[in-house]
Amino acid sequence: MKPEELKWEDESVQSESLDLSRRDFLALSGAGLFLFFWAGPLDALQEPARLGRPSYPTDFNAYMKIAPDGRVTCFVGKVELGQGAMTALPMLLAEELDVAFDAVDIVMGDTDLCPWDMGTFGSLTVRMFGPVLRGAAAEARAVLLAMAAEHLQAPAARLQVKDGVVTDPGQGKSVSYAQLVAGKRIERHLANVAVKPVSAFKVHGQSPLRKDALDKVTGRGKFAGDIMPPGVLHARLVRPPAHGAKLIDVDTSAAGKIPGVQVVRDGELIAVLHERRDVAGHALGLVKAQFEPAPPGTDDVSIFDHLLKTAPPPQVLGESGSLAEGEKLAASIIETTYLNSYVAHAPIEPHSATASFEDGKVTVWASTQTPFPVKQQVAQALRLAAEDVRVITPYVGGGFGGKSASRQAIEAARLAKLVGKPVQVVFERNEEFFFDTFRPAAVVKIRAGLSPAGKMTLWDFTVYCAGEREAKQFYDIPHQRTRSSGDRNAQGLHPFAVGPWRAPAVNTNTFARESHIDMLAHKAGVDPVEFRLAHLSNQRLRRVLQAAAKQFGWKPGKTPSGRGVGVACGTDVGTWVATMAEVAVDKRSGQVQVKRVVTAQDQGVIVNPDGSRQQMEGCIMMGLGYALTEEVRFRNGEVLDRNFDSYQLPRFSWMPRIETVLIDNPEVPAAGCGEPPIITMGAVVANAIYDAVGARVLQLPITPERIKAKL
Amino acid sequence: MQRTISFTLNGKAARLTVDDERMLLWVLRQDLGMTGVKFGCGSALCGACTVIVDDEAVRSCSTPVKEIAGKRVLTIEGLGHEKHLHPIQQAFMKHHAFQCGYCTPGMILNAYALLRKNPRPTRDEIIRHLDDNLCRCGVHLRIVEAIEEAAGVPRAVVKGGAR
Repeated sequence: MKPEELKWEDESVQSESLDLSRRDFLALSGAGLFLFFWAGPLDALQEPARLGRPSYPTDFNAYMKIAPDGRVTCFVGKVELGQGAMTALPMLLAEELDVAFDAVDIVMGDTDLCPWDMGTFGSLTVRMFGPVLRGAAAEARAVLLAMAAEHLQAPAARLQVKDGVVTDPGQGKSVSYAQLVAGKRIERHLANVAVKPVSAFKVHGQSPLRKDALDKVTGRGKFAGDIMPPGVLHARLVRPPAHGAKLIDVDTSAAGKIPGVQVVRDGELIAVLHERRDVAGHALGLVKAQFEPAPPGTDDVSIFDHLLKTAPPPQVLGESGSLAEGEKLAASIIETTYLNSYVAHAPIEPHSATASFEDGKVTVWASTQTPFPVKQQVAQALRLAAEDVRVITPYVGGGFGGKSASRQAIEAARLAKLVGKPVQVVFERNEEFFFDTFRPAAVVKIRAGLSPAGKMTLWDFTVYCAGEREAKQFYDIPHQRTRSSGDRNAQGLHPFAVGPWRAPAVNTNTFARESHIDMLAHKAGVDPVEFRLAHLSNQRLRRVLQAAAKQFGWKPGKTPSGRGVGVACGTDVGTWVATMAEVAVDKRSGQVQVKRVVTAQDQGVIVNPDGSRQQMEGCIMMGLGYALTEEVRFRNGEVLDRNFDSYQLPRFSWMPRIETVLIDNPEVPAAGCGEPPIITMGAVVANAIYDAVGARVLQLPITPERIKAKL
Repeated sequence: MQRTISFTLNGKAARLTVDDERMLLWVLRQDLGMTGVKFGCGSALCGACTVIVDDEAVRSCSTPVKEIAGKRVLTIEGLGHEKHLHPIQQAFMKHHAFQCGYCTPGMILNAYALLRKNPRPTRDEIIRHLDDNLCRCGVHLRIVEAIEEAAGVPRAVVKGGAR
């Protein structure tokens, strides 16, 4: 990944985010370099601090503490959303520090205890924060080794470290980290300490029991809604029926008569509170609120015309050759428009927060991907100094980008201050669907040309309203241009909030690109895998595509072959993926069953193979939703899908046979792995459906109606 | 109607004076501290709130507490604990059959209800039984494999490192 391709996931954190595009730091994650020097106060990490922005601390003590019993506690601003950071980060620490993985505990997302972090998104945890944590641990190890050398009166070079014990084989004497540190902070520092080379890795490549396993199978693990301090009141809030609807009048008198119910109004914030959530819910039902209807606007059908009309002029992201020349060389042209609808994050845990206000300080337990930005937002909303706000992040019940926005935390904090008691705000499912920052609806236009010999000569790609991430072409095409118009933060495009959704923009861009490539292969009369390989000099992608084909047992053929097999490739967050799928399509009903999915992935160095497979399997299952059913319907600001009856998530009965292939590529530093395998799911299903029945559906999700319309 | 309801909760006698129209979910979570029972959708559509009532899996978000009078209620807290996990919990650990963990208690308890009735279910029977329990992280395959293991069903072997 090049520095300029790193985009912030959430505008709310943009203003205070660490400027990771510092050249030194990002060079570290560039392909081919996997040793880096933790330079004590690393220049790259200090620079944002000089600019007055938060940044990762340069003192390694911020990330770890060694207790007298030898246990090591790791402190990180990242949070556990299910993606396994709670396991992967202690693995990195154990590796560099030379302590046992089982001896490492971890504290995550607590703004009082953990070093600053901008948020858990963008597959940044291992890829970007990993080097920071490794560097800190490497420096700590070097300092401990120097202390041990003095203690044992032996040259440091002769010492060996295992499981936190330093041994001098010469004298047969040893001393543990715990003895050296004696529960104290380590005051010494060293500059230019190298992290371990891949060849020295012992913890990488293992798949230990997840650190959250016991908490999660026993139900004892706490989520934000499980935090109920004594006296906590549960709040239910008056919400508008539609985005853009304005409150005219509200009558809370009937609700206020229910014993124990407290009514609070502070501007737009109107809440009924009770010590039982369900009673508060009953009281909310008695509130009579009148809203002026939202002004007429778009709906889920007219939205695409609206986006094209409203989007600003496209910006060129990349260009090579000459489009006119490409046209001239083309014997045939395929030009198509691809659409995708708004998609919800729909974590099973709704946005939840509990806040407690005491002695001018507030503590907020929040289900959030961004505890440090939430701390700033709460401080601002309550007019408190930042040091008077503590955000604690318990387990988060799924995020997928949707919990980068955390309005419930602000609401809980405001209410706790107003009523002087702890307050919990947990969204109802219909609030979850209403306030979700959806994946943006988008349009992609592609015009591409084929030479008489079946080579791609022209590629002109424009994405509207999704974002530019991975819009650029990776197939070899001499004359091409990539443009993006109106990223998802652009004003006035979308009728409600949109935001990052697992691999933001990349699902949209990959669906369009890989559908189009398949149409070109069909036009050329060439097998779609062969066609891709004939235009592919990227060795990492060639390798994953060939690995997927081998595992799948891909037999070359021209589409539509009737077999229902498809392929799609892509890249995201420095990782390359190729996916193959087999589907069965019922022509009469338009119903699709995805029977088998094979995904091969090259993510560079693999920290935790089972962790990677968990993410790959999860991406495959989750991706079936945006491919086949998930679409938020709305009209004039009113969200029509408000629960899981009409908004269909993937289920057990959808489950294909799933096979994951991990390519070991130690020459590239660990890249992202929470998002990449989802990016190919729209296109691979679309391509397999075309191969099955000859229906080329250009809009996600590929519903039975859209298939039947193409038959 | 406010009344006193007696039932068995995780093997112990429980008595509670409560508005008997309230939903079991909120009584369990707030009045009795059983926070392993999760709120997901409030409309019996996701299964996160699943508990066992007299060996049947029920959606506690949509079950008025009056319906459990005199019955046995089992929540995840009563199924097993750290030192003595139920075989289904052990299998969920071994297979990493969870990610965020929010749907997990409901999944485990629904699997428990299945195995009480059908100790050796086929894969199709497991899938049918669990189909209305939603998992957004996409852990479905591991959940099925964990239940197969807990039931002692021999695992299908696929070549090439695939599952």
